[in-house]
Amino acid sequence: MPTTQELIAISPEIILALWALSVMFLDLLIAQSRKSILAYWSLLGLLLAGGAEFSLWGREEILFQGAFVQDNLSLFLDLVLLLATGLSLLMAKGYIKDLEMEHGEYYTLTLFATLGGMLMAGAGDLLIVFLGLEVLSLSLYVLSGFRRTEPMAQEASLKYFLLGAFASGFLLYGIALVFGSTGTTLLGGIAVAITEGGLLGDPLLLLGLGLLGVGLSFKVALVPFHMWTPDVYEGAPTPVAGYMSVVAKAAGFAAALRIFLSAFLQLAGDWTLLLSLLALLTMSGGNIIALAQSNMKRLLAYSSIAHAGYILLGVIALNSWGLSSVLFYLAAYGFMNLGAFAVIVALRDGEREYLALNDYAGLGSRHPLLALSMAIFMLSLAGVPPTAGFLAKFYIFGAAVQAGYGWLAILAVLNSVLAAFYYLRVIVIMYMREPAGQVAKMTHSPALALAIFLAVIGTVQLGLFPAAVVELAQASLFPFLGS
Amino acid sequence: MDFVRLVPGFPLLGVVLVALTGRFLGRRGTALVACGAVGLAFAVALGVTGALLQTPPESREVEVSLFTWAAVSDFQVDVSLLLDPLSAVMILVVSGVGFLIHVYSVGYMAQDPGFRRYFAYLNLFVFSMVILVLAGNFLLLYVGWELVGLCSYLLISFWYERKEAAKAGMKAFVTTRIGDFGFALGIFLIFATFHTLDYAEVFGSASQVLTTGLATAITLLLFLGAVGKSAQIPLYVWLPDAMEGPTPVSALIHAATMVTAGVYMVTRTHVLFELAPISMLVVAVIGAATAFYAATIATAQDDIKRVLAYSTISQLGYMFLAVGVGAYAAGIFHLTTHAFFKALMFLGAGSVMHALAGEQDIQKMGGLRWTMPLTSITFLAGWLAISGIPPFSGFFSKDEILASAFASGQILLWLVGVITAGITAFYMSRQVFLVFFGEPRYSQHTAIHAEHRSVPHESPWIMTIPLAILAVLAALGGFLGPVLEDFLGPVFAASEARQSLPPLNEAALIILSVAAAGLGIFIAWLGYIRRGVDPKLVAARLGLVYRLVRNKYYVDEVYHALLIRPVWQAASVLATAVDQAGIDGVVNALGSIMQSAGRGLRRVQTGFVRSYALIFLVGVLLVLAISTLR
Repeated sequence: MPTTQELIAISPEIILALWALSVMFLDLLIAQSRKSILAYWSLLGLLLAGGAEFSLWGREEILFQGAFVQDNLSLFLDLVLLLATGLSLLMAKGYIKDLEMEHGEYYTLTLFATLGGMLMAGAGDLLIVFLGLEVLSLSLYVLSGFRRTEPMAQEASLKYFLLGAFASGFLLYGIALVFGSTGTTLLGGIAVAITEGGLLGDPLLLLGLGLLGVGLSFKVALVPFHMWTPDVYEGAPTPVAGYMSVVAKAAGFAAALRIFLSAFLQLAGDWTLLLSLLALLTMSGGNIIALAQSNMKRLLAYSSIAHAGYILLGVIALNSWGLSSVLFYLAAYGFMNLGAFAVIVALRDGEREYLALNDYAGLGSRHPLLALSMAIFMLSLAGVPPTAGFLAKFYIFGAAVQAGYGWLAILAVLNSVLAAFYYLRVIVIMYMREPAGQVAKMTHSPALALAIFLAVIGTVQLGLFPAAVVELAQASLFPFLGS
Repeated sequence: MDFVRLVPGFPLLGVVLVALTGRFLGRRGTALVACGAVGLAFAVALGVTGALLQTPPESREVEVSLFTWAAVSDFQVDVSLLLDPLSAVMILVVSGVGFLIHVYSVGYMAQDPGFRRYFAYLNLFVFSMVILVLAGNFLLLYVGWELVGLCSYLLISFWYERKEAAKAGMKAFVTTRIGDFGFALGIFLIFATFHTLDYAEVFGSASQVLTTGLATAITLLLFLGAVGKSAQIPLYVWLPDAMEGPTPVSALIHAATMVTAGVYMVTRTHVLFELAPISMLVVAVIGAATAFYAATIATAQDDIKRVLAYSTISQLGYMFLAVGVGAYAAGIFHLTTHAFFKALMFLGAGSVMHALAGEQDIQKMGGLRWTMPLTSITFLAGWLAISGIPPFSGFFSKDEILASAFASGQILLWLVGVITAGITAFYMSRQVFLVFFGEPRYSQHTAIHAEHRSVPHESPWIMTIPLAILAVLAALGGFLGPVLEDFLGPVFAASEARQSLPPLNEAALIILSVAAAGLGIFIAWLGYIRRGVDPKLVAARLGLVYRLVRNKYYVDEVYHALLIRPVWQAASVLATAVDQAGIDGVVNALGSIMQSAGRGLRRVQTGFVRSYALIFLVGVLLVLAISTLR
C-alpha cells in the first residue's frame, strides 16, 4: 500500500490522470455544440496539477521503493510540460472545432500524453521510463491521426506508429540488456551495480545503453532517427504538431537526463563521442534541409530537429551549467516554438489552413500584431538577442565551451548562422513581399490570442530577465552535481 | 552620471511611442517624437560628458549596472553601461549626427507612405547603436552588434517593392553574418579563457592570462566581425549595394555610425590587440589595402551614392590603419570627422537626388551650383574635408593617421595611405565637378518635376539646416583634434604614445600628403573642368585596367560563382534527395493510390516506412558500433 506521503508526493500525476478520466466521463454528458467546455475543464486540471507541483518544490521524495522520484528536476520538467500542454490546448480549442474533430478524446489523449511525459521526467526505474514513453507515444499516435478523414493524417499516424513501435522495441531490448548485465532496472541500483560489479567496460551494458539511447533518440528526433518528423508534423493537426515538438522532446530529454544522471554517470566518458556525432548530424541535417522548405510546418519540423541537436550539447557538457542550460533551453524552446505553431494555427480561414511560406506574404501590413509575434518567435528561434532563444543558445554553447567542447560549440555557432537564413526568410516574406493570388486570412479567437500573447511574453521575458528561471533550473540539478 | 541610461532610454521610448501611437500622432507628431527622442538623447550625452569632464582624468570611468541579466553558478553578466571618454565620444557622435539626420529625414521622407515605419526603425537604430557603444561587457556589445545589423537590413530593404532593395538587404545580411560568426566565436573564446565577459575583468587580467597565440586567435576572430560590419576586404561587398536604402539611412548607418562599429570595437578591445602583434599587423594591412582598393573602384563609378559608398569603405580602411598601428585616438578622431563630412556629403547627395527626381547618375547632372547654392557650398566643405585640404577637418585626422603610420615604422603602409589620399582627392573632385560644375546635362535625360517645376530647386530648410550645421563641423571639426586626443588619453594610457617625429619630418609629411591631394584635384580639374584631357580617351587607353576598376574587380561575380551558387546547389540537392523523395513522393502518389485502392496503398506506404526504418537501422548500427567497439 502506498503511504499518504507517497500519494501527496505524486499528487500532480494523480490529478492529471483523474482529470483525463473525468474529461472522458464529461464528454458523455456534454452536447456536441458545447464541447469547448472540456477545453476549459482540462486547463483547470493543468492549473491544479501545476499548483501541486509548486507546493512540492524543494522536496526530494523517493517513492515506491525508488521507482519514482519527485524532486526539483522532475518538477521543473513537469512545469515545462504542463505549460506547453496548456498553450497547445488554447491553440486547439477553436482549431478542432473548425476542422470538425471536436471530440472529448482530444483532451483526454492530450492529458494522458502529458502524464506520460511526467512519468518519464520522474522515473526512477527503467520500466517506468518505458511505461511513461508508451503512455506518451500511444496517445500521440492517435492524436497525430486525429483528422481521420484526411489521408495525410492517416499516413502520419500510421508512419509514426510503425516507426515508434520499432523504436520502442530497441528501447525495451536495451532495458533487457541492462537488466541482464546489472540485475536491476532501478536507476540507483544500476549505478551501484556498475561500481560494485566492476561493469565499467561490460559490452552487454554498453550495448544496452546504446539501444536505450536509440529509443530516446527517436523520441526527440535526432538524426538519423528523425525521418518521421516532417511527415508526421505535416499530417498531424497543427496544435498537435506544436504539442509534439515540445512535449515529446522535453519528455525525451527528461528521461535521458534521468537515466544518465542517476544510473550511468560513471560511463560519461563513453558516450560523449557518440553524442557529439549525433549532435553534429542533428544540427547540420536539420538546418540544411530546413533551408529548402516551402511549407511552414515542415520548416518548423526540421527546425525542431536542429534544436534537439543544440540541446544535446548541454547534455554532452555534463556539468551543472550544461544541464541547467538544457532545462532553460527546453523552457525557452517551449515558448518560442509553440508560439510559432500558434501563429500557423491563427492563419487559417475556418478549416482551410495556409501552410505555404508564400501565404505569409504581406502579413506584416494586414495583421501587424500577428506578424510581429511571428517575427519575435522567428528571431528567437534564430537566436537573435535579446530574445529567449539567444540566451538559451548562449548558455548551451557557453557550457560546451566551458566543458572543453569548443569545437562542437564552433560548429553549433556555424549552424545557427546557417539557420538564421530560413528563420529570417519568414520575416522577409511577411514584411517585404506582397501576396500573390489568394490572400491568407486570419481566424480570430480569444483563446488563441491568449496563447500567442503568453508565448510572446515568455519569449521576451526569458530573454530579458532570465534570472528567475535560470535559478530554478540550477536548483533542479543541485542534488546531482552540487552547485 | 546615472543619467547615462537615458541616452538609450529616450530613443527606445521613441520607438515604442512611434510604433504604438504613431497612428494617432500623424506625420508631424511622429516626426516630433522621433527627432525629440534623439535630440534629448544628445542633450543627455552632452550632460554626462560634461559631468565626466568635471572628474579628474584618471577616474573618468563609470559603470552603471541596470540589472543582472544572466547568471549561472559563478558566472554573471549584467546589463551594464560603461561611460568613459571613448564611449562618451561615440554617443555624442551617434546621437548628434543621428539627430541632424533625423531632422533632415523629416523633409526627405515627407512624401513617403512608410513615414512612421521609417522613424520607428531609425529610432530603434539609434537605441541599438548607443547600446553597442555603451555596453560594459562583451555580451551586451554583441546584443547591440546584432541589433544594429537588424536595423541595417530593415532599412536597406526599406523600399522592399524594389527588387534590388530586397536583394541588397539579403546580401548585407549574408555577408555580415560571416563576420558575426567570427565575432561570436571570438567572444566564446574570451569566455572560455577568462570565464567572464566583463570588460574590466577581461582587460585587467589579459596580460597575465593570455599567451600570444591565444591573444592572436581571439583578436583575429573579433577582427573578422569588424571586417564584416565595417565593410573591409574581403567582406566589403554588401556596403555599395546597401545604397538601395533611403539616402539619410546611408548617411547615418552606412557612413557615419554603424559601419564604424568595427573600428570602435577594435579600439575598445585594444588591450587584447596589443598582446597580439600579428593581429595588429593584420588590422593595419587590411585597413591600408582596403583604403587603396576601394578608392580605386570609386574613381570609375557613375552613381553618386556608390562613389560615396566606396569612399566610405576606403575611409574606414584609414581608421583601421590607424588602430592597427596603435594610434587609437587618431582612429577615433578620423571616425568623428568622417562622420561629419561623410554624413554631410550623403545628405548633400540626397538633396541633389531630391531635386533631380531621384537621378543618381553623375554623368547626367552638372551645373547645380547655380540652382542649389546651399547644397553646393556645403558639399564643397565636405569635399575639401575628405580630400585633406587644410584647414578642413579631414586634413587633420588623416594627417594624424599617416604620421602615426610613419612613426610606427610602417613606411609601406604610410606610402599606400599617401597614394590613397591622392586618389581620394581625385575621385571626390571628379564627383564634385561633374555634379556641381560645368554645363547642366540633366535636361536632356531626366524629366525633372515635370508637373511643377522645370528646373532643379533648392531643398526645403528642414533639409538644408542640417547640411549647414554639418558643413560647419566638417570644416572646423579638425580643431577638435587636440581636445579629443587629450580627452581620450586616459583610455589608452597603458599603450605607448606614438613617438613624436622631429618637426621637420612632420612638416615634410604634411607637405607630401597635401601635395598628393592637390595633385588628385588638379588631375580631376584637367579632365572634368578644363577638359584638357578626355577622360574617355584615358579610360580607353587604360583598357583592361579601367574595365577591371569599373566593374569593381568582378569580385561580386567571383563570390557568386565560387561561394553562393555551390551552397545553394548543395542545399537544394540535399533537400530533393532526402526530403522531397519522401514526402512529395507520397503526396503525389496519394492521387493514384486512391484509384488503385488498398493494394497500391499498402505497397507505397510500407515502401516508404521501410526506407525510413532502413535509415533508422543504419543509425542503430552506427550507435552500437561506436558505443561498443571504440
